[in-house]
Amino acid sequence: MPSNFYREIINDHNLRPNHKHPLEGPSLTLRGVNPSCGDDITLLLKVENDLITDGAYVGDGCAISQASADMMLDLIIGRSKEEALRLADIFLRMIKGSVSEEELEELEEAAALEDVSHMPARVKCAVLGWHTLENILTIP
Amino acid sequence: MNINNIRADFPLLAQYPQIAYLDNAATLQKPRTVIERETAFYLKENANPLRGLYTLAQHATEAYEEARDTVRDFIHARSSEEIIFTRNTTESLNLAASCWGSFLSQGDEVLISVMEHHSNLIPWQQICRRRGAILKYVACDEEGTICEEAFRAAVTPRTKIVAMAHISNVLGTLNDIKTFARIAHQAGAVFVCDGAQSVPHIPVDVQDLDVDFLAFSGHKMGAPMGIGVLYGKKELLEKMPPFLFGGEMIEYVTREDATWAELPHKFEAGTVNAAGACGLAEAIRYYQSLEFDRIVEREHQLGVYAFEKLSSVPHLRILGGSAAEKHHGIFTFVLEGVHPHDIAEILSADDICIRAGHHCAQVLMQHMKTPSTARASIAFYNTEEEILRLAESLKTVRRRMGYAE
Repeated sequence: MPSNFYREIINDHNLRPNHKHPLEGPSLTLRGVNPSCGDDITLLLKVENDLITDGAYVGDGCAISQASADMMLDLIIGRSKEEALRLADIFLRMIKGSVSEEELEELEEAAALEDVSHMPARVKCAVLGWHTLENILTIP
Repeated sequence: MNINNIRADFPLLAQYPQIAYLDNAATLQKPRTVIERETAFYLKENANPLRGLYTLAQHATEAYEEARDTVRDFIHARSSEEIIFTRNTTESLNLAASCWGSFLSQGDEVLISVMEHHSNLIPWQQICRRRGAILKYVACDEEGTICEEAFRAAVTPRTKIVAMAHISNVLGTLNDIKTFARIAHQAGAVFVCDGAQSVPHIPVDVQDLDVDFLAFSGHKMGAPMGIGVLYGKKELLEKMPPFLFGGEMIEYVTREDATWAELPHKFEAGTVNAAGACGLAEAIRYYQSLEFDRIVEREHQLGVYAFEKLSSVPHLRILGGSAAEKHHGIFTFVLEGVHPHDIAEILSADDICIRAGHHCAQVLMQHMKTPSTARASIAFYNTEEEILRLAESLKTVRRRMGYAE
């Protein structure tokens, strides 16, 4: 682990998340679980005419899984489904270590998780929210 | 016991002097003598045991069978025929569940406890499903104790098998196996003991406990990975059908039928892990060279110290027993507001190795209403200094995670 990994940005999203709350009347709901480590979130989205108008998550897990989901929602609320999937693709490639500087900038705060690409044991934590997002938007 | 001499026996500990290895319940580090014994088998004795008639094959067979005798002596079994070599505790318990479980009928009951490791839970859950039997659980209290009354109440005339951990891999509780086995026998049930966490840390005598089966792994007591043991009483092993079929477990084979080899070979199909068995025998000799009573005493000392130091960490709660003696070197804990994976990650940055997660005991986690925990587990080669480092590092975790204190 890089020595400054748990820095303010991740701790902040973990301790004071913007989007960790129930959401009334979601149009899409999907649970994502990492069975081996116990991270367990449910992603809730409101989608109107392919636009993600609101979103939230509930559940529990380690700081990385929770902060990652929170930063993801910061990024995708107000975007189209297509845009959200494109960002998910960038994020997942960042974790695999194949992403450009311009793409990193698009991820805004979520780019703080780039170091996870050197922490194999935590990859599943970081991508949980994003995989759930991909599934919720692509599985009919 | 000179701790520096003992640590010098473990090459990995010397290789990484900065590491505090406190995940001994997961696997123990290996003494040099064990590593050398396993290597020596391949350098000087390697041939397929139990088959060849040439001298080299005889040496391989002798080495393998001597290892079996060493295990028999170590757990005080009556006969070496009662010692079956497997890969690990999990395979041993699957063997017992699959073979003795084949005698279960519709409506029969199998009784296990809520604190079982998945390896002593899922095999029973699945054989019960296949046989139409009922899997029942006996609970433990807040202290992690299964009391005799609760156990008695859970045993019925339909109970055919009782399976239980000797020491819990999460709470460190020592179950009163001798009493429970007696009660099970009075009801006509067989008793299966999961010794994964007990055999490496307390002397175990299968005749004194009077268990019908005992399963354990070599690697948790310094042997190589991939060698484990199932002890079974001879009369039960003789009744049981084989587990796996194939080479070296048969007596006579025709196109339509086969008869089985004598014990223990009936349960050891295919080429065996002879080098691993020799390594296990060497690990037993290592324990004997230190004297088991001294190992127990040293681990007790360290346990008392660890319990005291961990209890002094603010916001930390140890699961299970409220006294050090109840833990047998296993300390599972939660730190308020911090997920165990984050604890383990931060401790790893401080070169301290602990386990985080559900410890393959999800039913217990559900029972304790704690989804995930961290666990530090000690062995005789650990030092007070390592335990102090653990406690000091834990005191910094909440701050490093963004809390004010």
